[in-house]
Formats: sequence, C-alpha cells, structure tokens
Amino acid sequence: MKILVPIKRVIDPYAKVKPLDDGTGLNLSGVKFEINPFDEIAVEEAVRQKEKNPEIQIIVVSIGGPESEEQLRKALAMGADEALHVETTDQLDPSIVAKELTAVVKEQNPTVILLGKQATDNDNNQTAQMLAAQLEWPQATFASKIEFNDGKANVTRETDTGEEVLAIPLPCVITTDLRLNEPRFIPLPGIIKARSKPLTKLERQTSDQPRVEVLSYTAPPTRSAGKKVATVDELIAELKSKGALA
Amino acid sequence: MNLLLIAFDSEDAVTCAAFGQSSNHPFDILQLTGLPATNLGAGKVISLDLPSLPPADYFAAALKPIAESYDRVAAVSSMRGKDALPRLAGLLDWPMISDITEIVDEKTFIRPILAGSILTKVQLNHPKAFLTFRPAGFPAPNLAGESSVESVSPGWKGTSKRLSESLSEGGRPDLATAKVVVSGGRPLKDAETFENLVGGLADALGGAVGATRAAVDSGIAANELQVGQTGKIVAPDLYIAAGISGSTQHMAGIKDSKIIVAINIDGDAPIFDIADYGLVADLFDALPELTQKLQK
Ligand SMILES: Cc1cc2nc3c(=O)[nH]c(=O)nc-3n(C[C@H](O)[C@H](O)[C@H](O)COP(=O)(O)OP(=O)(O)OC[C@H]3O[C@@H](n4cnc5c(N)ncnc54)[C@H](O)[C@@H]3O)c2cc1C
Ligand SMILES: Nc1ncnc2c1ncn2[C@@H]1O[C@H](COP(=O)(O)O)[C@@H](O)[C@H]1O
Repeated sequence: MKILVPIKRVIDPYAKVKPLDDGTGLNLSGVKFEINPFDEIAVEEAVRQKEKNPEIQIIVVSIGGPESEEQLRKALAMGADEALHVETTDQLDPSIVAKELTAVVKEQNPTVILLGKQATDNDNNQTAQMLAAQLEWPQATFASKIEFNDGKANVTRETDTGEEVLAIPLPCVITTDLRLNEPRFIPLPGIIKARSKPLTKLERQTSDQPRVEVLSYTAPPTRSAGKKVATVDELIAELKSKGALA
Repeated sequence: MNLLLIAFDSEDAVTCAAFGQSSNHPFDILQLTGLPATNLGAGKVISLDLPSLPPADYFAAALKPIAESYDRVAAVSSMRGKDALPRLAGLLDWPMISDITEIVDEKTFIRPILAGSILTKVQLNHPKAFLTFRPAGFPAPNLAGESSVESVSPGWKGTSKRLSESLSEGGRPDLATAKVVVSGGRPLKDAETFENLVGGLADALGGAVGATRAAVDSGIAANELQVGQTGKIVAPDLYIAAGISGSTQHMAGIKDSKIIVAINIDGDAPIFDIADYGLVADLFDALPELTQKLQK
C-alpha cells in the first residue's frame, strides 16, 4: 500500500503577519516558514500506519519554490520514504494544485492520498475535495481517526454536530483534522540523517493560471481594549446599560 | 448573473437568503432537507426533501447537472459546506472562493486569510464560481413573496457508506448563529466542571456554548464546540470568554462579535486587548456568581 502525502510550505502559524504599506502583498521579513500544521499531522498519521503495517510506502510531495525542499526534508526525517518536489515559483490556487497532484497520482498510483484539511496561510480548504472529484475517488474530510481494513478505510470525521464514521473503499482521499494525532518532535540529527533519502525534482504538468486573483491585502479593523470592571455586579450593570442583558 | 444557494436544512435556507439578498442577484435555493422555505425571496426553491444528508461523493455527482446552469453556486462555510462544495467545484472545474465576508461586486469579494490576521480583496477571472460565505457579514433576510417549489429526485451515485453519526443534542441554540455565546478554555479542568460553569451561564442567558482548542483537546469540551480558525466562526451580540488567553487562532473565530467580555485571572492576558469588558477574576468564583445573579 502506498500513501501519498501532499505538503505545503506555509508561513509559521504563530507569526504575526502584517500587510505591506501599499497593500500589494505581505511583509514577510523575519517570518519563518513551516510545514502546514495539518500536513504535518498527515505525515505523522502515515508514519503511524507504517509502524503498524511495514509494507506501507510513504511518498511526500510538495509543489512550490526551491525553499519547499526544507519541508520535504523534514517530512523524510519524520519517516516518509521518498519525496517529490514539483518545483515552480508560479502563482498557484487549489484547483491548480489539485490538477498537478492528479498528474503525480497517475504516475505514482497511491492507494491513499492523505492531505491537510486546510493550508493555514490561505485557509482555503478546497484542494483535497477538488482532487478527489477529479480522480472520482471517495473522500473523507476532517478525519480524527483512520483505520484501514479489507480494502476500505473507516474514517471518523468531525462534523457540525459531532462525529460520523464513514466507510470508504480504496483508493481514497482523506484530510486530517487537529485531533487525529500529535506529530513527533524531530531532533536536528534526524533531519540531517534524512539527507540520504531520495528527493526527486519534477516539472509542472499543467499550464493553468490562477482563476482567483488577490487584488490587495489589508489589516482587518482592530478591536481595541475596552474597560476593565472590578466586580461581577459592575459587569452586569455595564452590560445592562449597553442593552446586552435584559 | 444567476445564483444558486445550497441550503442543507430550513435554518440554513434563511442564512443563504441573507447572502442571496445581499448579492442583489436573482437567486434560487436548493434545499436538501426540511420543509422548503418559500418566503425568503428566492425565484424558486428546489426541494430534495431527503431524510438525511448524503456523503460528499453522492452530493456532488447528484447536484452537478443542477449547479451547471448557474453562474454562481454558494453555501454557508459550515463543515458540510466545506466538505461538499469544493468537490462539486472539482467536478465542474470551476474556481472557488471560501469564507467570503463581504461582496464588493459580482466578481470581487473580501475574505480573510492567515487566521483572520489579513483581509484580502480577491477577483474572479472566470465566468463561473463556487462560493462559501460566513453568515456574520450578511444581515437577516427580508421575508418576501411566495417562491415556487420544484421537487427533484436526482440520480444518486457514490461509494461512501455512513456507519454512524452523532446529531446535535438540541436544547441549546446553534453556536454559529446564536445571539449569546459563553466559551471556556483550558482551566476548566474536566467535562463536568465545564458543563456546570460554562453550560450553566449559557443556559441562564439562553445562549450557546463554545470552547477553545485547548479545552477540546484535553477532553473538557466536545469537538463541535471549538471556536476559531479551524473550528466554528461565531458572531453573537454577546461573547463571554472565560479562562481563554486570546490566541490569534481563537480570536479569528470571535472578532465579529458585538460585545466581547473576558474573564481571566491574569490581567495581562492578550484577550483583554480586544475585550469590550474585562474582569480580572478567578472564573471559579466569577462564573457561578454571574450565573446566580442573572438567573434571578
Ligand atoms: C493550526 C492551528 C489551529 C488552531 N485553531 C484553533 C481554533 O480554531 N480555536 C482555538 O481556540 N485554538 C486554536 N488553536 C490553538 C491556539 O493556538 C491556542 O493554543 C488555544 O486557543 C489556547 O486555548 P486556551 O485559551 O483555552 O488556553 P491557554 O492559552 O492555556 O489559556 C488559558 C487562560 O486561562 C487563564 N486562567 C487560568 N486559570 C484561570 C482561572 N482560575 N480563572 C480565570 N482564568 C484563568 C490563564 O490566565 C490563561 O490566559 C490552533 C492552533 C494551531 C497551531
Ligand atoms: N502547494 C502545495 N503543495 C502540496 N500540497 C498542497 C499545496 N497546496 C495545498 N496542498 C495540500 O492541500 C491541502 C489543503 O490546502 P488548501 O485547499 O489550500 O487549504 C493542504 O493541507 C496540503 O495537503
């Protein structure tokens, strides 16, 4: 069984990012980059499945600029067997990423594609579902538990009202939610050791241009600190005077 | 420009109509479950009248021929909208814009990125698109007219099988649309304490209950209560945050609340930088006192 894990290099989710003064982009000076947290969970899940079933082979793939190699190396250090890097500095959108991934899938024939539910930079939450549609594979998004047996995946999914369990036949597309697992910590020597694992560079296979263009970036209106109250009674009085309490 | 709004149930149809009316385009509503909502200003209501919602593969295959004839297809950005809509977008190969908070014109929208720390203005360079939107940005719809109802039974095709499902317990209002939300964080210790203190205050106010990821992760609160970047986005008139530090990811989900109250033992907690009213207090004292005084 082969698991393909697409990973994206994103702005550190804990970084405080500001727009450029002219609104044409983001001020990224001094900002670190990481594997998208949901993708790190996906890599961790693949590695845990491999620990249960050594026949599993894990391939990570990233589409992006030369720097994405750093995140692919980290995924190899976590336990992935092989990395593919579709190296491009082109502007991408989820639909382009899904098409590029479809091309990789046709070459690699994975049984399972495990993606993050959303990239924490653009917060799109689209790529996996678009990919599943193009491949006409079943999907289970927002997974908090995954079990493979009998040629199918039983996936516990987070829903608006709680949880559901979906059984989907393989091959399939699954996206990870936060509670699926906690990724392991990789000490530096582990990352250096992973340098001997194969990392293959690929070219883009499609020539689509993004169909959603960002015109400007701005800071949202800020809320400012209000009033400190000393007691519960004072709080109730303030809320009543604002009409927030009957 | 014609718009199709996909409503998963009757309550959803009202939120959809809010977006439809704000867009100023003629719109139809496709409603999957529940009594068709015919007084919301839709041209027609396409009623599927299903006993329960189908998994995304069935949904997308069945709705493709209906969606195809519209220029825009939109839904609320709930978990089910996020699951199903991009699959339909993938089948039709249309672009998609998620989490719209404001409509600028028929091609231009505002949406947040990076956990709400940046707003982007985005433009479509394609005639057709899928959209999801956040309810907070769109005022409640005017009740208007009597829409015609068209009952359809699309062809269902898929391979997923639902083995089990938890449904909302009812009793408390829906978190995403509640007028009052009381949320609790990590210090609430255990599920029982959380339910007593946070649930108790919510019930005294007729509100919904929310939680931080830290509270959910430690098993204090149910996962569907998580508010924030990767949970639910809320916009109540009153949001009470108890024992919540105010991380960017949590703030992303509450910024559009009218009044934010923070109760935290640490006077320097970041939540106080955005709260309209801050009470520096131990929540184990403050929540019961507040509940007791509001019950009277
Ligand atoms: C990719 C990603 C996505 C995330 N998505 C979300 C999300 O959607 N929603 C979310 O909430 N988080 C999310 N997080 C987690 C987020 O970064 C924070 O870790 C989390 O919000 C902290 O929760 P908390 O405020 O309950 O806990 P803490 O940060 O530990 O804060 C607890 C607060 O309680 C106060 N306190 C302690 N004891 C008392 C007492 N007795 N009385 C009163 N106050 C007390 C403390 O002073 C402190 O301020 C995400 C993180 C990542 C990386
Ligand atoms: N450039 C990329 N390279 C590899 N995988 C990606 C890329 N962009 C998105 N993905 C995958 O798609 C998931 C969802 O991304 P998005 O739809 O952009 O929120 C991510 O968690 C990744 O698993």
